[in-house]
Amino acid sequence: MADKEKKTIKTIKIDVDKCNGCRACEVICSAFHAAPKYSSNNPARSRIRILRDPHRDLYVPVYAGEYTVAECAGRDKYTIDGKEYDECSFCRASCPSREEFKEPDSGLPLKCDMCEGEEEPLCVKWCLVDALQIEEREEEVPEDEVQEEQEDLDIGLESLADKFGVEKIMDALARMKEQD
Amino acid sequence: MRYAETGFNLEVDLTRGNIEKVATDPKDTELYLGGLGTNAKILWDRVGPEVDAFDPENLLIFGAGLLCGTPATGCNRTILTTISPQTKLMAFSMMGGFWAPELKYAGYDKVVLRGKSEKLVYLYINNDTVELRDASHLHGKGSIETAELIKKELNQPKAQVAAIGLAGENRVYYASVEQGRSSASRGGIGAVMGDKGVKAIVVRGTKDINLAEPIEFLGLCNEVLDYIKIREDNPIPGVMPILAGLGSPQEMKVHDEKWHTENFMWGNSRVRRKGFWTDEIEKEWTMTLNDAKTREISCFNCPMKCGATLSLPGMPTYMMKCFTKLTYTMGAFSDLDFGIRIAQKATEYGLDGFSAPQVMAFALELLENGILTDKDFPDMPEDNEGRFYYLLDMIVNREGVGDILAKGTYWAAKEIGNGADEYAHNNIKKHEQLPLKLSMLNPIYFLMYATGEKMNITQIEGQFPQAPFPTKEKRAEFCKDWIQVPDDKFKDILMNWEFRGENSNPYYPTVDMTCDIVDWQERMHYIDDALGQCAGLSSFPLKPPYHIHNYPRFIASGTGIDMDEDKLTEAAQRYRTLVRAINIRRGLRRKDEKPPENHWKKRFPELEQELLDAYYKLKGWNNDGIPTEEYLNKMGLDYVAKDFIERGIYTEGDKPVEEASTEKETN
Repeated sequence: MADKEKKTIKTIKIDVDKCNGCRACEVICSAFHAAPKYSSNNPARSRIRILRDPHRDLYVPVYAGEYTVAECAGRDKYTIDGKEYDECSFCRASCPSREEFKEPDSGLPLKCDMCEGEEEPLCVKWCLVDALQIEEREEEVPEDEVQEEQEDLDIGLESLADKFGVEKIMDALARMKEQD
Repeated sequence: MRYAETGFNLEVDLTRGNIEKVATDPKDTELYLGGLGTNAKILWDRVGPEVDAFDPENLLIFGAGLLCGTPATGCNRTILTTISPQTKLMAFSMMGGFWAPELKYAGYDKVVLRGKSEKLVYLYINNDTVELRDASHLHGKGSIETAELIKKELNQPKAQVAAIGLAGENRVYYASVEQGRSSASRGGIGAVMGDKGVKAIVVRGTKDINLAEPIEFLGLCNEVLDYIKIREDNPIPGVMPILAGLGSPQEMKVHDEKWHTENFMWGNSRVRRKGFWTDEIEKEWTMTLNDAKTREISCFNCPMKCGATLSLPGMPTYMMKCFTKLTYTMGAFSDLDFGIRIAQKATEYGLDGFSAPQVMAFALELLENGILTDKDFPDMPEDNEGRFYYLLDMIVNREGVGDILAKGTYWAAKEIGNGADEYAHNNIKKHEQLPLKLSMLNPIYFLMYATGEKMNITQIEGQFPQAPFPTKEKRAEFCKDWIQVPDDKFKDILMNWEFRGENSNPYYPTVDMTCDIVDWQERMHYIDDALGQCAGLSSFPLKPPYHIHNYPRFIASGTGIDMDEDKLTEAAQRYRTLVRAINIRRGLRRKDEKPPENHWKKRFPELEQELLDAYYKLKGWNNDGIPTEEYLNKMGLDYVAKDFIERGIYTEGDKPVEEASTEKETN
């Protein structure tokens, strides 16, 4: 292998001042991640959510990040330009304290994948008011795809284990193996 | 599986407190699409002409459009349908916002309210859990205030709330249903909601809406988005600012109000103020709006910023949309600061921003002319602004003369008598119209005003330019990428339309051309109203992203229903005819299809009758505006023909229809 590979890092730049609160990002996100693709639409399944409180002028698009088992012990409040935000407003976690970033039926956690396979994340493409913009830069990083894959697997299993218990998961895995 | 729609309505019997989830017939979707179309079908089937607005048998339908909840950009309208206490006809006001998609995600296409609740209640829909809840603590609360209180008490910050204010509770005939940044304002639908004892409908939904052919549908959505970008970057030259771009329109973004303030009438639709718009005024009003505006905002899944959040010192924040920006200002001969301040109060009360200021200006005109006297207005302030605030409170609380004014100018004038009807001069079908008084008859507008059953010109006009372009080059420039026309003949009409000479108003466009233009414009609005598509991206502006050529593909790939331009046109004609049939059964006739006498200075009575004759014929209506038996049968509306025959509607001859329900005051 070559010594170091270059990797494109994608950053979504979020300009809350430009957000018009229309939730087009939620619509297209949930449609893209439906199976088969675009076959259904449901903002409650979206991996981006707009915290929207027009009367207090709060508009925060936030992306689904890591799953977390426990909620934070204390929650802080931020005041920015005279507007008060709950700390959770900026948090990407799929967390027991709230309904964000979970499948509405199963409760399984959701995570933004930048719309793998698309030219750009579709929330960015559908945000005509430019509140969401993509920025790409190249960075030298040691490639370790295997590790990433392992991480994804761990997250999934961890959340399943939290929901159903390790025992049940083991049983299910055993059954699946037998069927193979 | 049903696609794009859920296939279920919620039927709520308020008298008994019974709630049912009812499956709908997919055949109705093919015939009447959804939204307005299926609302009209329900109203025809279940509300006869003997039912008055405030009878328990009257229905109040909240219908989400067929494509609401799909990714179709700007498709978010709820179509509210009932019998209007003011016009006595079918009312079908619409609201954008976020309510309709949320209802679809909760698993329903419509909410149908019937009966009356003894106590004030609100309906809470949270997916499969639906309940009527006590709202006695919300008596008299503002519409926006109510929404905030309910979301808090249910701990449902994401719920969408449609609520009435005090005007609706007190059955003011032009009370609105308010929903955050949107409202269903025309026709007094809020009064019917108040009469039924329903303060609000609260919705939260987290279910899926499915698409029949997802890849095709998303491709169409992306085409629409691309076209919106092109249109935003290329405003149409040679038309006034609000007509140059898309939107319903984007009034909160526009500062140049020369056209509105100098062409629309001030006061009780009387005074034209040419030369009003000076640099000084423009500077002052721009500052007023910019200071008040915290953000320009949109409805669900739409990039157009037609609304704004306004925060004025010393007043609660509210959201303003569209032309209410100017109606109070101009009604009271005041400035923009006054207009947007009083609009805050009026929005909490829940009032139609078109009718309310005209009623107030009408009252002041009656006072000025001695028809009403100082005794009718005890303790009224001296200044115009103060008087408007005073009247607003009197009307909404139905105190003193406000009790009569709450019925709108038509019924108030009748009750006041003494020549008051001369002052209720700006109505069509008993409903206050935009304050416009013009010089030369425009045949297109004549027909739209006369025959419109949406009661509001902005919900009928669009697509075809309002005035000719001055040169051949400019016309050619406009026609070059005019892809929305259903037929190239419309380009020819525009190419030959001149300001002066033979090819100018009122004899050009010719009668036949005029009929075709009006029919096209109306058809596009009716399609929007069934799909739930906001007119601001479709039937209202010039060169919109949605049109007759891409709509069939949207419907086909969204719902799985086989659709083409002809079939779509026929469906729209079908439920448009049904709307007419409902109104015919209630007494609407040719005699009612009249724009205000003074709408144009130069009138052409013979031409006007010719226009009506030709248009009725094109529509399949007889000379009295009644759909013919032959046409009804052709449209698959034989049940309407049968009803008309049984009621003797075809055989009444020249008998006056004084007994018609449209002629009786609402009790």
